[in-house]
Amino acid sequence: MPGTIAIRNGYVYDPLNEINGESMDIFIKDGKVVTELSGADMKDVKEIDAKGKTVMPGGVDSHSHVAGAKVNTGRMMRPEDHYKHYQKRTPLTHSGCGYTVPSVYLGGYEYSKMGYTTVFEAAVPPMEARHTHEEMRSTPMIDMGGYLVLGNNWFLMRYFKEGDIEKAAAYISWMMRTHKTYGIKCVNPAGVENWGWGENVGALDQANIHFEVTPEDIIKSLAEMNEKLGIPMPLHLHANNLGHPGCWEITRDSLKIPKKVKAKPNADVEWAETKKNAKRHESVYLTHCQFNAFGGTSWRDFESGVKGITDYVNSSDHVIMDSGCVPFGDATVMTGDGPAIHDLYVLTGHKWSNTDVECECGSGVLPFEYLKSNPVHSVQWAMGLESLLYVKDAWKSIMTTDSPNGGPFTKYPEIIAWLMSNKARQDTFDECHKWAGDRSDLAAETREMSLNEIAMVTRANPARAIGMAYRKGTLGVGADGDVAIYNIDPGKLEVNDYESIVRGFENAAYTIKAGEVVSRMGEIVAVPEKNTFYSDIAVDADEEKRMLDDVKKWFKYYTLGFNNYPTPEKYLANPTPIQVNAEK
Amino acid sequence: MAEVILKPTGNFNLTVEAEVVTPDNLAGKSTKEIEELLLWQGPTEYPLSDFFSVSGSGGSSAEDTTVIVEGDIPRVKRIGQEMSAGKVIIKGSAGMHVGSGMSGGEIIVEGDADSWAGMEMKGGSLHIKGSTKDHLGCSYRGSWRGMTGGRIVVNGDAVNQVGGGMSGGEIVIGGNVENFCGIRINGGLIVIKGNAFRTVGAEMTGGTIVIGGCIEWFTPGFEMTGVETDLKFNNIECPGEYKKFAGDYAIPQKGKGVMYISCERNECL
Repeated sequence: MPGTIAIRNGYVYDPLNEINGESMDIFIKDGKVVTELSGADMKDVKEIDAKGKTVMPGGVDSHSHVAGAKVNTGRMMRPEDHYKHYQKRTPLTHSGCGYTVPSVYLGGYEYSKMGYTTVFEAAVPPMEARHTHEEMRSTPMIDMGGYLVLGNNWFLMRYFKEGDIEKAAAYISWMMRTHKTYGIKCVNPAGVENWGWGENVGALDQANIHFEVTPEDIIKSLAEMNEKLGIPMPLHLHANNLGHPGCWEITRDSLKIPKKVKAKPNADVEWAETKKNAKRHESVYLTHCQFNAFGGTSWRDFESGVKGITDYVNSSDHVIMDSGCVPFGDATVMTGDGPAIHDLYVLTGHKWSNTDVECECGSGVLPFEYLKSNPVHSVQWAMGLESLLYVKDAWKSIMTTDSPNGGPFTKYPEIIAWLMSNKARQDTFDECHKWAGDRSDLAAETREMSLNEIAMVTRANPARAIGMAYRKGTLGVGADGDVAIYNIDPGKLEVNDYESIVRGFENAAYTIKAGEVVSRMGEIVAVPEKNTFYSDIAVDADEEKRMLDDVKKWFKYYTLGFNNYPTPEKYLANPTPIQVNAEK
Repeated sequence: MAEVILKPTGNFNLTVEAEVVTPDNLAGKSTKEIEELLLWQGPTEYPLSDFFSVSGSGGSSAEDTTVIVEGDIPRVKRIGQEMSAGKVIIKGSAGMHVGSGMSGGEIIVEGDADSWAGMEMKGGSLHIKGSTKDHLGCSYRGSWRGMTGGRIVVNGDAVNQVGGGMSGGEIVIGGNVENFCGIRINGGLIVIKGNAFRTVGAEMTGGTIVIGGCIEWFTPGFEMTGVETDLKFNNIECPGEYKKFAGDYAIPQKGKGVMYISCERNECL
């Protein structure tokens, strides 16, 4: 029977249910986790012997650039990224190519091979939502959703300036529905708008050109809106001044802004059984901490500023963050933060793409290579790991590479090895520039994450943080039957032999999606149906009508017609709206 | 030394991808095994014997193996690609990508070679006795990492992008080149005995370029630093008087590139 499976005797890690490596069975029926299977079900069920193996919920990536206009720009401008990294088609799978920016098919397969089953696209510019959905629809193997870029939106900046909270709320809910997106992404608030005039903002209280709103106004208002509307995930923040020495301070101060905002996610969903509270309580999600935590005042005295941020995160309860690790090697930097990418262009002289997304946002793309011999890159490597190891409670951190900015997501197994093995880190210190040790404190850090903590930072916590733990990131009864089984025997695991950790996480022994084995030891064996999640937020109809009058009036500034603006559901693979109830 | 002789027999209406034809790959193979090697032609793979008659067999190792192509194969691509040792002699003209990515051994093309010869070469030697086209010893499209080692000698002409992105190795061209010779190089040596058209050394940040002939349009962003006579780089001699330039100052990464231009042929500079 498809979607029904019994996984026997694996060592299970399900942090949301406080299951830490217990040997037990997991049963899945019709794609959902169940307590047991009846005799009739057991007759022709597929049984997997997971004895001596690690069993975790399917991996969840809460921040990755995998679909949409700037990802595709990355593909188009980097033929050299493709010609040595390709995969032939098989009777089941498409061909594909690309190392840091793989084609949609290859991207889906590679995530699945590592045991991932859910990935959220980190930035969807509203005008590019159709393009993003077309690519997400064609990305096989993984359930997806996307965050809508709203941090420099003309309508919102105007409403914030005028203090028209009701219209701003109506606008956000209409935009989420119109573009079939899941939550709010805020990139360099107020700064990207200034970039349209060749400038940036340098301080939280600096008002931007024409709209005269400050980054602080935008962060505060968006965080409040987010909770007023009951959106499942917290405000997803890429802070100002990213990538500049000394930026850690503005990042920490940005995190202070929504301190008093109380999380009120309010979605009509059935929650899987979990022992721990699977709902988020954070009002802000700081993404790619490493890029936001540069210390020093110039590239000469550049150093890690991670501690300044992790100290704040350790002492507060309203912040969750992901790391943005740098695993060395090829990367493609791509972000909605146009000015940050321009600075990298000036630094490197590489080919560079910049886009102004009309009344909404911007973006930049540039190829990049992180070298062990480079002092700054070596410190960045250390900083990414510091961002995870210095956060005492693993429920406050998430592992990412901000793929492909720090490096492609296919390097996750290496990051896991560095987190689990001090020897792995020390061996890398020996190979890289001495700044890594001199300008960060990582060398003195002896913490080694357990498999349970790895399960937290790679599935349980990303799912919980973005409000998806009602069905993802756990193996509680009622959750999606998404499971990753790794060839790692926790009893025999020797972390000094970190190559074995890399091998174990590189190719899952089995990746199971909705109760169906979809990949085995790096080979795709089935291409399952996929879901696309978005937030359907109910707001007052009259308010929406008044807001739409404004939008239609200002649509003369767009290069497309109002009727062509929305993304219809047919652009989505299995559109899965999540009913969200706004505060009345 | 064992010789494998390949005689082209036809069927080249579509170009053929022959990356399996290297001493590394043919070493240890019998005539029959070589005949059965598969080559892509368009969307289909065909045995090598559809295109070549084979005599001889591979030696015990790549070093011991010489591949001789008896005839013109302008529509057969990638001969000697990524080879690390041994010898390939093409007694006629070669198709695109001959010796691309090679890291050792020797290739001799007695006729002309098409574009991309010695692309991203790492070592070894490639000698083209005729002329070649674009992207000789250059990086792949979009890439800035070109040739890193080895030597390419062309008796005739090359066209555009000679040695693009080069960081090591040597290219010596007896004839002329056209545009973008030595673009974005940061190391290595390019010697052109004949003329270059324009944009020589554009965006170079290191390495050396010698132009023995006339440059039609000189690249802005270079500064003259002196005059030198009778240059010698290892065993490559460039007699005569040369104006020495440093650059390219047109880009933010201030260049340490060196360019020598023949005094006699460039009086206006």
